[in-house]
Amino acid sequence: MQYLLLIYTSEAEMAARTASAIASLTAEYTDFTKGIIKAGQFKAGDRLKPTSSATTVRVRNGQMAATDGPFAETREQLGGYYLVEAKNLDEAIAIAARIPGAKHGSIEVRPTWPPEA
Amino acid sequence: MNASVADRAVAVVFRREAGRVLATLIRLLGDFDSAEEARQEAFTAALEQWPAAGVPANPCAWLIQTGRNKAIDRIRRDAVFRTKILDREIASAEADADAVPEEADDSTFGDDRLRLIFTCCHPALSGEAHVALTLREVCGLTTQAVARAFLVSEETMAQRLVRAKKKIRDAGIPYETPEPALFNQRIHGVLAVVYGVFTEGYAVTTGTRLVDAELCGEAIRLGRLLDELLPANAAVLGLLALMLLHDARRPARVSRDGDVILLEDQDRTLWNQAKIAEGLVLVDRALSIPGQLSSYAVQAAIAALHVRARKKEDTDWPQIVGLYEVLLRLHPSPVVELNHAVAVSMVDGAARALDLVDSLAARGQVSEYHLLHAARGQFLQQLGRPLEAREAYRSALRLATLEPERRLLRARIDGLPPGDRA
Repeated sequence: MQYLLLIYTSEAEMAARTASAIASLTAEYTDFTKGIIKAGQFKAGDRLKPTSSATTVRVRNGQMAATDGPFAETREQLGGYYLVEAKNLDEAIAIAARIPGAKHGSIEVRPTWPPEA
Repeated sequence: MNASVADRAVAVVFRREAGRVLATLIRLLGDFDSAEEARQEAFTAALEQWPAAGVPANPCAWLIQTGRNKAIDRIRRDAVFRTKILDREIASAEADADAVPEEADDSTFGDDRLRLIFTCCHPALSGEAHVALTLREVCGLTTQAVARAFLVSEETMAQRLVRAKKKIRDAGIPYETPEPALFNQRIHGVLAVVYGVFTEGYAVTTGTRLVDAELCGEAIRLGRLLDELLPANAAVLGLLALMLLHDARRPARVSRDGDVILLEDQDRTLWNQAKIAEGLVLVDRALSIPGQLSSYAVQAAIAALHVRARKKEDTDWPQIVGLYEVLLRLHPSPVVELNHAVAVSMVDGAARALDLVDSLAARGQVSEYHLLHAARGQFLQQLGRPLEAREAYRSALRLATLEPERRLLRARIDGLPPGDRA
């Protein structure tokens, strides 16, 4: 199965980090990503630019409206994601638990919904 | 054999084998719903055939084999499946099943039952779902019975079960016993579910309904099953012992009028000696397993010291204090601290116990906990400070919500002497 691992962390907290703290976190992410690529579990993944760069789009009654910012104000924001291949939820949870962001933020584990055969 | 005798024999087999049959069918067929349907069909076939042909030598294997065959027939008939999927499903069901029923021994069934328990108690499911699924799928209770136990409508419970099974399927919750690295963490989740079923049946809230004894009975049955599947596990043995030792006191803990009877006031001749004897043996086994100290075993050891005393005066309070101190190191919590203070009051007196409770209250986490105020009231009363005791009991009464507990507190207040002795 494929699972999308959504990484939620506090942007405010991230912004307050020192350069060396950011460098060591980046190194942790690099190691983790290499690990899951080697294990054949990596399908896709990226960091996301902060929610200040976000645009929300809606179409209502045929009218498109694009507005500034994310849909909802929350304590933690979506900051990145991995798409992984895992045998089952336990394996996906084990991968999610190794994401560096799991130690200060939270990871939402969602199975993808492939088109019905 | 006449029909009703045969029906009863079949009913006994069903009750005993329902969980095992389902557990293996889930593995063979790959999902809960098909397995439940297959089991139902197998039971129907048994009802038709066994009265005339007799109960087979291995009824469990017969039921699994029959259920599997019926499921494969159904897959074949099912027009919704396109040929490719159909072939794949049949091939996989047949390949899996080839390895099973005939030479299936108890360990195969056991592994499947353990898989089922771990799946029903998976941490990705909600607490409500754990209990509902475990009672329905592992214990084989009807949806109606599970609904009645939790005071919800049958429809609500049915929806809860459907949602939980959908989550298992959609999220890819594995039908597996967790790998060794996760096992200890996950078994604690399972034991918490079992103990949750027990305490639901043992709660003061209700506690006297017929269904409560049933829930305690099911929890004990689950405990025995886990002990069978995971032998010599200190936490499993400890939990089973704890439940048996509590359940042994059930006949003595509520008066005819529905009042709570505290341990010290219970008629000890009403306690169930068979359960006590079994519980005591299990506690000793739990505590003698090297390298595993389980908080359930320690709680059971405390319960054991209470039931070992013929009269309340014989209770070994110093040892109980020691065990609460062990428990505080294993699993510190305000409730354990409070119980520890009550035990201390029996050994070192109320003044020392009052200090402990006041220090607990000063940390502020439990100021809304009625039993803290009730214990303070009791210690103050023992110290000859009835005015302060009355104040404490009144605080407890303001916070307590259960009517039997409120009656007990009012009786305490009424029993206080007027004015301070000092």
